[in-house]
Amino acid sequence: MSEKLFVKGNEAVAMAAIEAGCRYYFGYPITPQSDIPEYLSRELPPLGGEFIQAESEIGAINMLLGASATGVRAMTSSSGPGISLKQEGISYMAGSELPGVIVDIMRAGPGLGGIDASQADYFQATRGGGHGGYRIIVLAPASVQEMYDLTMRAFDLSDIYRIPAMVLADSVIGQMKESLTAHPRPKATLPAKEWAVRGRESGEPQNIVKSLYLGDGEMEAFHWKMHARYQELAEKECRWEEIETTDAALVVTAFGSTARIARTAVAMAREAGMKVGLLRPITLFPFPRQAYETISGYCKRFLTIELSTGQMVEDVRLSVARDAEVAFYGRPPGAGSLPTPEELFEQIKKQY
Amino acid sequence: MRHDVFIAGYGGQGVLLAGNLLSYAAIHENRNVSFFPAYGVEKRGGSAMCTVVFADGDTGSPVVGNPSVAIILNQLSFDKYAAKVKPGGLCIINSTLVEADAGQLPGVELVAVPMNQIALDLGDMRMVNMVACGAYAAKSGSLALDSLEDALKKALPERNHRLIPANIKAIRAGAAAATQRNT
Repeated sequence: MSEKLFVKGNEAVAMAAIEAGCRYYFGYPITPQSDIPEYLSRELPPLGGEFIQAESEIGAINMLLGASATGVRAMTSSSGPGISLKQEGISYMAGSELPGVIVDIMRAGPGLGGIDASQADYFQATRGGGHGGYRIIVLAPASVQEMYDLTMRAFDLSDIYRIPAMVLADSVIGQMKESLTAHPRPKATLPAKEWAVRGRESGEPQNIVKSLYLGDGEMEAFHWKMHARYQELAEKECRWEEIETTDAALVVTAFGSTARIARTAVAMAREAGMKVGLLRPITLFPFPRQAYETISGYCKRFLTIELSTGQMVEDVRLSVARDAEVAFYGRPPGAGSLPTPEELFEQIKKQY
Repeated sequence: MRHDVFIAGYGGQGVLLAGNLLSYAAIHENRNVSFFPAYGVEKRGGSAMCTVVFADGDTGSPVVGNPSVAIILNQLSFDKYAAKVKPGGLCIINSTLVEADAGQLPGVELVAVPMNQIALDLGDMRMVNMVACGAYAAKSGSLALDSLEDALKKALPERNHRLIPANIKAIRAGAAAATQRNT
């Protein structure tokens, strides 16, 4: 067994990117994600890679688009205000069917907001964020180990489906340190990047990477093709975690940092003899609808918990059986706004 | 078994290093660990906090509303957080800077260790966090002193490894003070 390391969530993302073969990073500092560029600025150059602190977030995302178009693995990261600036570039990447990993360590918003943990970028991440009706893959780690594992997975999924992939976490997961078992990149069958632009000297036939479709029916065909890809993602790539759901009378559902806090609250409920389970989506897009549908076949009460006034709860309501009840408990982000397990246990008792 | 400890003081007292040291010691004992720093915009001298949770199985929530043990290094933190300690828990205070009496925390064992004074007597006030860690390990019994001493190699940057012997002394002094004065 490999040695257990003790690292920050943000560092785990950077370590995983390197292990996944990412050698190109473009970014701009912003709390609470700056450990990622800091780590990569130190580690990438000796590996023959490139670290560029761009002039802005907009510069960084367009550098990612350019690097990705050449077929290399590349990444950018930011927090809410920076991710907003990147949306135009993300839309262009989606329109160009380019892979690429984008990390959002969410902070309180809107606007400049604050540096405290938040889950209020859920809509922005899962609904496309930019213009034009696209989706991106969204993965939501709940531990430092998952920051590592899911970042690696994000690179593979992004390459397989030619859709940008986002790792969505917040300052709780980004800033906390946990034991991590680093491991080599799992083997995956990846398609050849025959679409990549290689330059004139490669002698390969010319490739064009574009997001402009002006011909009759071209744009519509593109949308149906992407739609089919999103359906395929939903069929094959949904991931979630279930804890003690099989006999549950109430299922608590939350993602990322909140799921970690909820997990202890659920354990408190079990100790008190209450039949409570936890359903944690790991992929937020595609959203694991099937899991909700199946569980709501026998458990009719759900409690969605988020660090916002309610965003994922909409997906939960769309996914459960029609006769299931979905309650919501939210804490909008800000200093002193993190719920405690004791507080969530009280909410569980109310809904049970 | 799941252990949690909340550490609070002001920036510069080594709160985060103390949390890291306890975490490395727990890893040394083959436990899973979550170290969660409170991340504020304060400058040096502002408040500093962290929570360490360690367990043989899942660590669960990194956020703890009612810690079973709190290590409180200054008065401001005592006034704000001491009342949150779980009934039956421990509140270990730096009695050089914190004025408190047992009556203030019903159901909680108050452990007073003059941490600044002990660190100063050993020659360096900056070791106040090491005294605190030693007091915690000895009084709570949740980590072996040997594990703390071993963890120093990992918690301290290489350039400070020369200070390990002095830190070990501080850990032991904290442990002795916590068990002698309060039993």
